[in-house]
This record gives sequence, C-alpha cells and structure tokens, in this order.
Amino acid sequence: MTTRAELPHTESPAGPSRPRGDDPPFVPLRVAVAALLRKELGLELRAPQAVPAMSLFSITTLVVFHFALQRGQVDGDLASGVLWVTLLFAAMLGISRLFVADHEEGGLDGFLLAPTDRTAMLVAKAVGLFAFLAAVEVVAIPAFALMLLGPSPPIAAYGQLAALLVLADAGIALVGTMVGAMAVQTRTRDLIVPLMALPLLIPVVIGAAKGTAPLLATAGPHSVEVRWLFVLGLYDLVFGLLAFALFDYLIED
Amino acid sequence: MAAPPAAIELEGLTRRYGERVALQDVTLTVPAGTTLVVFGPNGAGKSTLLRVLATLLRPHSGVVRVLGRALPDDGWAVRGRIGLLTHEPLLYRDLSGRENLRFHARLHGVAFDRVEELLERVGLRLRADDRVHTYSRGMVQRLAVCRAVLHDPDVLLLDEPRANLDPAAADLVEPLIGAASGRTRVVTSHDPAGGLAEADIALGLRGGRTAFVAPVDHVRNAEIGALYR
Amino acid sequence: MLYGTRLRALSIATLVTMTAALALAFFYAPMDADQGFMQKIFYIHVPLGIVALCGFVWGGINGIQHLRTRDPKYDLRSYVAIHLSLVLGAGVLITGSIWARASWGHWWVWDEPTLVSFLIVFLLYATYQPMRFSIEDREKQARYASVFAVTAGAFVPLNFIAVRLAQAYTHPRVFATADGGLPAKMQLPFYLSLLGMALLYVTLWRYEMASKNTSWQLRALRRKLAGDDAVPPVGRTAAPTLPSS
Repeated sequence: MTTRAELPHTESPAGPSRPRGDDPPFVPLRVAVAALLRKELGLELRAPQAVPAMSLFSITTLVVFHFALQRGQVDGDLASGVLWVTLLFAAMLGISRLFVADHEEGGLDGFLLAPTDRTAMLVAKAVGLFAFLAAVEVVAIPAFALMLLGPSPPIAAYGQLAALLVLADAGIALVGTMVGAMAVQTRTRDLIVPLMALPLLIPVVIGAAKGTAPLLATAGPHSVEVRWLFVLGLYDLVFGLLAFALFDYLIED
Repeated sequence: MAAPPAAIELEGLTRRYGERVALQDVTLTVPAGTTLVVFGPNGAGKSTLLRVLATLLRPHSGVVRVLGRALPDDGWAVRGRIGLLTHEPLLYRDLSGRENLRFHARLHGVAFDRVEELLERVGLRLRADDRVHTYSRGMVQRLAVCRAVLHDPDVLLLDEPRANLDPAAADLVEPLIGAASGRTRVVTSHDPAGGLAEADIALGLRGGRTAFVAPVDHVRNAEIGALYR
Repeated sequence: MLYGTRLRALSIATLVTMTAALALAFFYAPMDADQGFMQKIFYIHVPLGIVALCGFVWGGINGIQHLRTRDPKYDLRSYVAIHLSLVLGAGVLITGSIWARASWGHWWVWDEPTLVSFLIVFLLYATYQPMRFSIEDREKQARYASVFAVTAGAFVPLNFIAVRLAQAYTHPRVFATADGGLPAKMQLPFYLSLLGMALLYVTLWRYEMASKNTSWQLRALRRKLAGDDAVPPVGRTAAPTLPSS
C-alpha cells in the first residue's frame, strides 16, 4: 500500500514544445507589458482611487504622528522613522487594491487568454505600483518637510534621498505585487496584506530608515552609508528573482 | 499545410474540485468546423469543460488536444486561436468600449481597424467611447462578443452566448459567433430545440459525467430532459 | 514513502538523547558566573531555534517540489514542516524571553539580533495558516501556500543579514567566550541537545505525516466502498487535503 496520492500527469515527458509554422504570433513581452501598463495607469487616471487615498492617508498619518509623539519637529533617527512608517503604511493601502479591479472584473482571465508571457503581468503591476508610490511620495515628502521636519537638508542630500527612495520603492513594489496577487484570492484580503507584507518588508525598513537618518539630522555629515544601499539592492535582487520565478504560479488557475 | 482533422480531442478528461469531481472521464472528438452543444444542469461541469478547453484550467488526468496541440504543455501555442465567451464579460467597467477592445487587441497582436469593424457590426460604434458601466446588459454582451472574436479564433467556446440579448441584438452577433461563421464551436445551452438546431454533435453532462455524446440526429429531447431530473 | 515506520525507534532515540542532553546541561556544564542557573536555558533555546529554522527551510524545499511536480504529497510535507517549526518557534521566543530576563533583566531586548530576526520570521510564518484557511479552493490553497513557503524560506537568510547589519554596534553574542567559540564543557551538552531537538522534530514530523495520510486514505476507502454520501464533506480547513483517488 502506498501513501502517495495518485496524480498522473498529462504533461509529455519532453515538456512544452517549440513553436511551429502554423502557430499564431506570440505577442512579445514588451508589447504586453506596455498594453497592461497603459490599462493600469489609464484606469487610475480615469477613475483615481489608489493614489488620492494613499496620499491623503499619508498626510493624515503625519498629523497622527504629531499628536502621538507630542512633538512639533523631528530630526535624525526619529524623522527618518516617521517618514518611512508613513510611506510604508500608505503602501499597504495600495497593495490591497492592486489586483482587486482585475479580480472583480475578470481582467485576469482576459489576460490569461492572451498569447503572451505571464511575466508581463508581474512587470506591469510592479511598475504600476512603483509609479503609484512615486506619485504618493511627491505629496507625502513635501508635506512631511513642511509639517514635521526640523532641519532643512542640504541640496546634496536630495539626490541621495532619491536613490534610497528608488531602491526602497522597488522592493516594496516587488513584494507588494506578490502579496497583492496572493491576497486577492483570499476572503480576508485586507487583513492578509499587512500581516504578510510588513514582516517581509522589514529589511527595506532597516535599510531605508538607517540610510535616511543622517540625511535628516541637524548636524553631521549628510551622507548615506553605502551598506544600506547594499542591503536594499540585495533585497531587490533576491525578491526580483523570486517574483520572476514564482509569479506565474499565482495567477494561473 | 493541412489543418488537423479534429479540432478538439478529449480522452478521459478528469478535473477535480477539492474532493468533488467537476469532470469525470470525458471522451469525445469535435471535427474542425463543426459545432458541439453541451447540455446539463448547473454544476454539471459545462463551464469547467469550456475553461479547460480555453487553457485556463489544467486537466487533472486524461488527454486534451486542441487544434492538434496537447494541453496544458502546448497551451501557449494555441491560446491565440481560441476565443472564450463566458458569463463574465471580462471587460473593465471604467474604460470605454473602444478602449477595452483596443487593450485586448494589443494583447493579441491585432490591428485596431479590426476593433472598428467589429464595433460597427454589432452596432456599438456610436457608444464606443462611453464607459462600459453605462452600457445596458445587452450592450455589454455584444461588446463581450467582439472581445471573443477579435483575434479571429479558429475555436469558439461560448457559454450561453445569447443571454441578455434581444432578438435584434442576437441577429447582429449571429454572423460572428453562429454556425455559419465556419469556426469550430462549443456551445452550452439549456434550450434543447435551439441547441440541437445549431449543432452537429451533442454532449450531455450530469454531475461531471457523460450522460450521452452523439450526433444531433441521434439525440432525443427526452434524453436531454432526463439530465435535469 | 511510509511515514509510520520506525516511529517507535525514533521516539525512544529522541527521549534518550534529550534526557542525556538535559542531564548534562544541568549537572555537567559549568554554571555561568553572571547569569547563574537561568543561563542553562541556552541549551534548549538555541538548538530549538536552529531546528526551527531548518524546518522552515525544509518547508520551502518541499514547496519548490510541490510547484514543480504538482504532487499534493509535497504540499502536505511542507505544511507539516512549517506548522511544526512554528510551534518550536513559539518555544524559541518563550525561552529567549526567559534568557533575556536572566541576562539583562528585561523580558524582551532588541540587542540580540538573532532573537529579533527570529521574531520577524515567526510573525511572517504565523500568517501561513490564516492565509491557507482563507482560500477555499484546495488546489489554489496548496499552490499559494507553496509560493509562500518558498518566498518565506528565501526571506529567512536575507532577514538575518539585514537585522544583523542594523545591530552591528550593540552587544556581542552572549554565549561566546573571549576567543569566540563555545567553551569545551559546554560543547557536549549543546550538541547533544541539538541532536535531540533534531530527532524530536523528525519524530513529530513523521508522526503527523503518518496520521494525516492514514486518515485521508481511510476517507478514500470509505468513499470507494460506501459511495460518496457515506463520507461527510470536509469543511473549510487550512490543512492540505489529498484528493480521493
């Protein structure tokens, strides 16, 4: 008696075959990504939901921080922490909504029927989420500077801050796309997203917060330690590879 | 290059849903250019069958060949030649009709004039720039038909295609998805007379199992009725 | 693979090893000058942690196998591995807290990077079962669980690196001596305890695998002999279910 569950496969031993002359054209990845991105950004521009909500939420969070910390101004470590917690929580909102429109309106099936690589959905969603995060930061960071930040960082610091933002946002976008795809199939979507995404994003918080702290300090060298850029870069690389390898399994049926 | 003689070949197709069986041991052949009509009560496995043929679901066991290619391995090769029309229109409500079709056109590598042609043929050209959430159910169904045939598929999978369509609208879509279109079709139906009239082969499903599969002239209405008892 | 064989031998081996390890820890290993008797919890805490982490990685490996072969047995192996490691993980956090109290006077400290990383990993894996439970389609549940297991498994080392870098300026490792290794008299009880914990894990894993497999085969048999109606339908569950053949 065997305890193996019988599950005979229909896949041929040789695996998937090569294209033949009479096959329909396979739509290249960049074309599919462009079409998906266009739809994604077009939908958000047409019926803005995610970006305004995330931006408003980030400003509200700053107000809450003012009262919770009982401070009119923050600098250094504290400023860095406030900024990144605010951005992170706004990101949670965006991740929860990322696949909802597709799931509810059958867009996923429409994409799955197309003769193109599934990875196009991963790339398009991750780039879309990155774009949304960038849009929110355009609002949130000046708001933060106006409302809570004490010292004015020198111009040189802005470039470094931008580098940190790009690396951190890339990590959030990749993890967010994976977690968003997983969460959209569950019945407790809004609960699962923060529970799963926040622990996964702690290395990003570490790298970003530690990296940003000297930039927002009142005194001292306003430069980012390279090790934090390395942490963020490594994280992006690992999760990029993971997402590329695993995403197909999340959207197929 | 000769077209394969059979557009769809199934041998012992089985698909489970948890512990239940959605499809059990389904075997049949659909020659190219013919129509298969599928009868059965709700939950009999009709939609599952269509989704397997559309490459959206993997078979758990058995052999599935569409247009000569085995699924699921070669699904990528035939996806572009299959059109699916289900209960869900697969359209974004906040985009216009034209934008929806153009989105699908880009994903399938189809030129935009095909979009315009189809919009004209189903009578939606005047409303093409309105958002889909302003459309009536009949209009949504007509747009969904356009989406399904946009890439000129060789195989059409239609789940109750005439739902929500008044007779005028049904006439508009008929040349696109009807028997005269020359495509191989699999159509689900609850209407014995209408279903048999437009098909060449009939399949009766009950609880995922095949009750009967035969050319339409060998099928009696009583057999179809028995499925629902 | 039959999981029920050698269970008795394994259980006895586990019991013997663990008893020996604990005896050695209490009577043979040196008492720590600063921390006193409570320091001995280290002999439970660290081996538990190492075995739990290996268990998580083992869950990830089975997850990869499940995705590659779509054989549900790998999903069951992954599920049991992860949920056992989670239980051990709770033990790690509790013993870690006791140790922190003994060493630093607080029930929790942020200074020990390994413990902090472990907390993060624990919080992540704690979402595994709720996530499984909230997906009703069995096949999808299994597939998503495997993706989670692989992602979380890859996350474990990344997380440790990041937290360690973040804590680089704080206290050195508590149980290292001046030259960095374990003192001689501590090595034997430590490694024995590590072996005992590993045996404990393997025994529990095999036990649970055997138990679940048997109950599913029983269901399948009943279904075959008495028909579908004789078997009550399984409600929503986070545990993997094997399809009836």
